[in-house]
Amino acid sequence: MSFWSRHQIFEKNSIILIVGILLVIAIGGLVEITPLFYLKSTIEAVDGVRPYTPLELAGRNVYVREGCYLCHSQMIRPLRDEVERYGHFSLAAESMFDHPFQWGSKRTGPDLARVGAKYSDDWHVTHLTNPRAIVPQSVMPGYPFLSQTEVDPDSITDHMRTLKAVGVPYTDDQIASAGADLKAQADPDNAGGDAFSKRYAKAVVRNFDGKTGTPTEMDALIAYLQMLGTLVDFKLYNEKANLR
Amino acid sequence: MSQPSISKSMTIGESGLAVVFAVTAFLCVIAAAKALDAPFAFHAALSAAASLAAVFCIVNRYFDRPAMLPPAEINGRPNYNMGPIKFSSFMAMFWGIAGFLVGLIIASQLAWPALNFDLPWTSFGRLRPLHTSAVIFAFGGNVLIASSFYVVQKSCRVRLAGDLAPWFVVVGYNFFILVAGTGYLLGVTQSKEYAEPEWYADLWLTIVWVAYLLVFLATIIKRKEPHIFVANWFYLAFIVTIAVLHLGNNPALPVSVFGSKSYIAWGGIQDAMFQWWYGHNAVGFFLTAGFLAIMYYFIPKRAERPIYSYRLSIIHFWALIFLYIWAGPHHLHYTALPDWTQTLGMTFSIMLWMPSWGGMINGLMTLSGAWDKLRTDPVLRMLVVSVAFYGMSTFEGPMMSIKVVNSLSHYTDWTIGHVHSGALGWVGFVSFGALYCLVPWAWNRKGLYSLKLVNWHFWIATLGIVLYISAMWVSGILQGLMWRAYTSLGFLEYSFIETVEAMHPFYIIRAAGGGLFLIGALIMAYNLWMTVRVGEQEVQMPVALQPAE
Repeated sequence: MSFWSRHQIFEKNSIILIVGILLVIAIGGLVEITPLFYLKSTIEAVDGVRPYTPLELAGRNVYVREGCYLCHSQMIRPLRDEVERYGHFSLAAESMFDHPFQWGSKRTGPDLARVGAKYSDDWHVTHLTNPRAIVPQSVMPGYPFLSQTEVDPDSITDHMRTLKAVGVPYTDDQIASAGADLKAQADPDNAGGDAFSKRYAKAVVRNFDGKTGTPTEMDALIAYLQMLGTLVDFKLYNEKANLR
Repeated sequence: MSQPSISKSMTIGESGLAVVFAVTAFLCVIAAAKALDAPFAFHAALSAAASLAAVFCIVNRYFDRPAMLPPAEINGRPNYNMGPIKFSSFMAMFWGIAGFLVGLIIASQLAWPALNFDLPWTSFGRLRPLHTSAVIFAFGGNVLIASSFYVVQKSCRVRLAGDLAPWFVVVGYNFFILVAGTGYLLGVTQSKEYAEPEWYADLWLTIVWVAYLLVFLATIIKRKEPHIFVANWFYLAFIVTIAVLHLGNNPALPVSVFGSKSYIAWGGIQDAMFQWWYGHNAVGFFLTAGFLAIMYYFIPKRAERPIYSYRLSIIHFWALIFLYIWAGPHHLHYTALPDWTQTLGMTFSIMLWMPSWGGMINGLMTLSGAWDKLRTDPVLRMLVVSVAFYGMSTFEGPMMSIKVVNSLSHYTDWTIGHVHSGALGWVGFVSFGALYCLVPWAWNRKGLYSLKLVNWHFWIATLGIVLYISAMWVSGILQGLMWRAYTSLGFLEYSFIETVEAMHPFYIIRAAGGGLFLIGALIMAYNLWMTVRVGEQEVQMPVALQPAE
């Protein structure tokens, strides 16, 4: 009797009920989320992970805009078949500059966490334009319109500034030369290529879509796909030190 | 609202809101002119037009209404406010059909990819969030708002708080859906699952949601009943927690205030954890707590029996909301999320089975002594079957959250099947049942236009669900097993594309199931429409409910 009647305080007092609800729902979130911000072991110590180049970032924005994550994960689990199919399991460090994360939750298509350098640029252009031209059984939509849309080299500076504000460590130098870097990465003849390569380790300079002129969204998306999973050198990665 | 004064003047709410919307319209015009991208310009123009329409409606309503606002009571009986409920019920049916249709389209796209038409606006990646948002937030949300406004008035025996505020909530919420939905088609998305709307839509939703909380809370506060009814605890937990989740998951910095693109404050692993803390509790509090409130009001009402156990409902309530919030990490098993978080998530997900079934038992056992009604009342049958589906998917969920099981099920269609047994079976059916009750009540009709049609709806939709979920179970488990299959020589047996190919027949069956579910909803829409149109003659209320004719 006493226990049940004590519950009346919640039933007769809407504000106490709300406070009770808030307290009860706060606990789980606080316990699970807060430590991820301060526990050092949450993100592995790894060399090589860098913020996206301007062109890769533009490509990632296309990836985000088209909702690619709805069918492609970017998170290889440490299971035997996945490691054999896709490569080394994904590290937290590899997506630490991702706003938003794109780990995904469904594999209607294969995982893309290490798709970089697996196929040629030509393969990607043909496949993105018409997936069934290369893989007849594919159910992926075609994205021919990407080749027809140019990327705006001027606005990318603001994007990088915004990302810096939310914690991505872009240098002032990188931000100042963003527009030029965006063009330089898609054009091997560009005079700014060397300076660009110094600013972004392991960045690939190529004419990704094979067409001259201002980079298109096709260039950008392929530049992004071709770098996925290529930044960490797993020969040098110390697995034991990062056991969690 | 002084008593006899006849002089008519605008309330503070009316004039204030009209001014706010006028200013908003002006700001939106500026935003449209300075917009950096086409979708933002479109949304700014849309908002400007909507704000002007709001000003017009407020002023027009003022000129049309009598000097006195509708009284809270007539002849000592509460003068319930049914307008916003009718609006939300109508929108629920509209968005439901739209959402099921888009679901059928994307299901067909997976079977026949040519249906993507290689256009940006019709590709799977843009339509899929349209489907999920339309069914969860537009259909489900309108059902929740409509039913909560009804239940809170009836169970507190007072008129809904506020005059314009409830209208602001229902219309504002549907405007949010419109902005979010058109945004997806135009490529405006955060690409965070179930939290796709961009920053300005999120801001608008925050304002609407606070208004919703205030209307709901103010109605409870002025209640005539000493106790707050169980259903209202669940509604309150749903409203409050969704606000917390929405704010926690969506802090984003726009690239420009005149552009649609923003970057989320959280990155990588923290973003992942915030996302699934949000994502799983969108299930827990939007699709579960809110609809459990519906169960706690509509099933006893329809069965004309009291809730089975009052004590069980207390335990059910607190245990459910405490445990649910921990379960998010089971969406991230074997990912780069630290093991301790995954284990916590799994543990609490398994524990969650208990309060879930406690709730199911409380709902089902309410039928004791009234089971015979299942034969004669298809609406009650729909409500009860929804609870059975709830029990099934809340068993399946904890099972799938076990890491070994999850290693097979994750990334496959099994997850899609699980979600749909909950969404179609539980949320869909309990919503249909609630609307079948609510529409005659809100429009003052004696009963539904046709119970026979409800029966047809029930069986067609049930068949659709069975086709849908069994196809997804088979395809999900099949795909999971194919991914991990090895030959006797130790090589992976199947290439990825072979597993895609194997899904084809199941995707066709799934689309057929979805099609049946849609047909059921169309039958329902016709039935409700006829209830409102034709069922009129049946109204006899002893007391004059109309304020002035």
